[in-house]
Amino acid sequence: MAFDLFLLEVVISGLMTGVMYALVALGFVLIFKASGIFNFAQGVLALFAALALYDFLSEDGWFFGLFGFTLPVWLAIPATAAIMIFLAWIIERSVLRFLVKQDQIILFMATIGLAFVLEGLGDLLFGSDVKPLNIGIPQGASDWALDTFNLYIEKLEIVAAATAAVLVIILAIFFQKTRIGRALRAVADDHQAALSVGVSLDKIWVIVWSVSGIVALVAGIMWGSKSGVQFSLSLIALKALPVLILGGFTSVPGAIVGGLIIGVGEKVAEVYLGPYVGGALENWFAYMLALAFLLFRPQGLFGERIIERV
Amino acid sequence: MFYRENGQFKSSYRADQAIFPIAQDRWFVIAVVLTAFLAVPPFIDQYWANAVILPFLVYALAGLGLNILTGYCGQVSLGTGGFMAVGAYASFKLVGLFPELNFLIVLLLSGFITAGVGMIFGLPSLRIKGFYLAVATLAAQFFLVWMFNKVGWFYDYSPTGMITVRPIEFFGVLVTGPEAGSAAKYLFTLSIVIVMALAAKNIVRGRIGRAWMAIRDMDIAAELIGIRPLMAKLTAFAVSSFYIGVAGALYFSIYLGAVEPVEAFDINRSFYVLFIIIIGGLGSVLGSFLGAAFIVLVPILLKNVMVGGMGMASGTAGHVEILLMGVLIIFFLIVEPHGLARLWQIAKEKLRLWPFPH
Amino acid sequence: MNDRTQDQILLEVDAISLSFGGVHALTDVSFDIRKGEVRSIIGPNGAGKSSMLNVINGFYHPQQGTITYQGQKRSQMKPHEAARGGIARTFQNIALFRGMSTLDNIMTGRNTQMSKGLFWQALRIGPALREEIENREFVEHVIDFLEIQAIRKTPVGKLPYGLQKRVELGRALAAEPTLLLLDEPMAGMNLEEKEDMSRFILETNEEFGTTIALIEHDMSVVMDISDRVVVLDYGRKIADGTPEEVRANQSVIDAYLGVSHD
Repeated sequence: MAFDLFLLEVVISGLMTGVMYALVALGFVLIFKASGIFNFAQGVLALFAALALYDFLSEDGWFFGLFGFTLPVWLAIPATAAIMIFLAWIIERSVLRFLVKQDQIILFMATIGLAFVLEGLGDLLFGSDVKPLNIGIPQGASDWALDTFNLYIEKLEIVAAATAAVLVIILAIFFQKTRIGRALRAVADDHQAALSVGVSLDKIWVIVWSVSGIVALVAGIMWGSKSGVQFSLSLIALKALPVLILGGFTSVPGAIVGGLIIGVGEKVAEVYLGPYVGGALENWFAYMLALAFLLFRPQGLFGERIIERV
Repeated sequence: MFYRENGQFKSSYRADQAIFPIAQDRWFVIAVVLTAFLAVPPFIDQYWANAVILPFLVYALAGLGLNILTGYCGQVSLGTGGFMAVGAYASFKLVGLFPELNFLIVLLLSGFITAGVGMIFGLPSLRIKGFYLAVATLAAQFFLVWMFNKVGWFYDYSPTGMITVRPIEFFGVLVTGPEAGSAAKYLFTLSIVIVMALAAKNIVRGRIGRAWMAIRDMDIAAELIGIRPLMAKLTAFAVSSFYIGVAGALYFSIYLGAVEPVEAFDINRSFYVLFIIIIGGLGSVLGSFLGAAFIVLVPILLKNVMVGGMGMASGTAGHVEILLMGVLIIFFLIVEPHGLARLWQIAKEKLRLWPFPH
Repeated sequence: MNDRTQDQILLEVDAISLSFGGVHALTDVSFDIRKGEVRSIIGPNGAGKSSMLNVINGFYHPQQGTITYQGQKRSQMKPHEAARGGIARTFQNIALFRGMSTLDNIMTGRNTQMSKGLFWQALRIGPALREEIENREFVEHVIDFLEIQAIRKTPVGKLPYGLQKRVELGRALAAEPTLLLLDEPMAGMNLEEKEDMSRFILETNEEFGTTIALIEHDMSVVMDISDRVVVLDYGRKIADGTPEEVRANQSVIDAYLGVSHD
């Protein structure tokens, strides 16, 4: 019985981490779905969002320095969202609009450049020390889970899972049902064609990157609350790649499922296989899993098969 | 007008296809190479060698390797760091196991071993492309660094996990280790880099290079005219990894002397080399050199200006550097995706017409 | 049109059916192409003409039917086999390698004829250089033939549409094909360019004996240069014969004039 419980805890812990990965991967999927760009800077966006949020909330931030007061949480979050929208607008104007017709590889490398810019900027503006993020999410272990199932689950992780679920539903509705959602899907398929039917690419991209920025904010809040706002948050972006491979680059549910699988897979492998190979399996397990997927099912679990035409 | 190709007509295909068909170019390059070999060694000192010249040469070689794969064949790789590690550790183990082996042979073997590893990780490229492939190379990157960290055999079970190069002689002259002279290190590395650059240029302008570029530009059409994507991509991975492996071996043996896998070969190294070829010019041998020079010199320049001149803290200067790198990447990708190499070409064309504007 | 004394069949497709998911691109199409002839494939848009070429080329694999080329029957073609077997083609949307010059693009067409390996390439001096020059000479003949000497070093991305199509033809010719598949080689050309292209196609057919399969919309061109014509509509073959026969065929007229289908 004790062994099973342990396995269950490992799996649940993995699921929770997986939800966190999924949150970041969601941002990727959005941008890819709507613009065909793989945004390497997504993780850094999450970091940047968390840094900005911290700045609004704390007394050693710019905001306090300029205005003499800090914002309460219910104001700080929308303020940060506004910043992310502003950032999306800047990115579209200064980078994206010039790269409209380029290859995907060029766009991808441009987002790598963007990641570096945001990282450097973040460090310069906000400093690179670890910052605790406290927006009132209940901390500590869930008593309910402990009492009812004898399982150790953190309240934070439950909140994260719930938030992710809500986000997914909102996004799914957004893409399927709204006019803008349809336009986004058109743009993802073919920039030129979308342009030719009057879709305004710049507006679409600002919208998409804004939404992605807000998703990044949510991810940043979750991760930041969990382990403090620090540089390693931007490396989560790299982990999102295997998530997307598993789930398919264009699928919102895929990002969730992929995140969960990677999260669980990593944890289980680390706990059960780790001791045999000296540990730190988490460094590469996700990628190897993704690699295996690439060989057998390149479009991921939910992605679309690409039919080439000549 | 002092730079004209007027009157230089080619009367054979061979002359037309030479690397430097314009006489002035030829003389210029010969002059540069001669200067490099004859004029530099007497003046080279340890600071210059270690801070500028050796890293420049090593990164140029790594850049050449990555350019072959990404610039010419269009296969994105984020695993350069990991492959450099393979070359480094291969050279370390080979020297340890076969101390009598000629160092040049060691380097070549390290290259071949890395080529083999590269081909293994390149196999997925047959079915996937673009950033899917980038993920596969990330798998290689993280796995390899982890492996060199964990598996004691690679670092001779040293308690620090680091590997340190043994002093090695090349035909009687010490080229590695703290006692080796800068001039010796420099000439040895320079020779290798120049020969390999020439080989790369030859391959790239022949049948195989064209096949690579065809795959890069339109792999479906390439396959339909009879190019075999499997062979072409694997060859690109093999040659690229060979170059990167030798670069890694030189990086360890001659430039740094001692390395620890996570710091020396992690994902940042992969980005570093990627930036070299983006800034220098994708699909250009010259570009690899220009990019390497840029990437090695600019941080030094920045540090001198910012820390020395403006009194900035060196941590802050580091952040500015990162910011600047990002800006430059974006700038080059938007303005001149063919990088410094194309800018150089444009400058030469303007020179040909000078003083006329067009 | 040339004077054929041999009625040897070079390529035969038999009962080819091709679908993508629910879309039936080709249904039970059979016809043959005789050695040395100019065979046109015509039909309204979406009839499946390009798909047919793609099947012959090995890019698409039909769900049903067989392809017999040079006497060898198979259920699907592999692109590499097609290329090595002497099948070359041009594409509807120009598939040139934009990063390379005209000369280099056409040289890639020689790829199947060149073989010197990596080591010799790295060395260049010696066998690789000799091979390169030999093939360069052949490519220069093609360049002369197509009258594109002036643009040989130009990156193809910079060329106007008509010239790009000519370069693509050059790349196909460089492979010394036995069967040349041309997918709308004259699309988007003006009268003069069309006349040039027709001339090149006919000369290729007459001088080198290359068999030609041609998709084309311009009826006057088709009638002028074809030996035989096959007509497709909604993925099915509706006529097959000489240009005169096809022109008089009622179902062909209906297809083009858009009589409603049940």
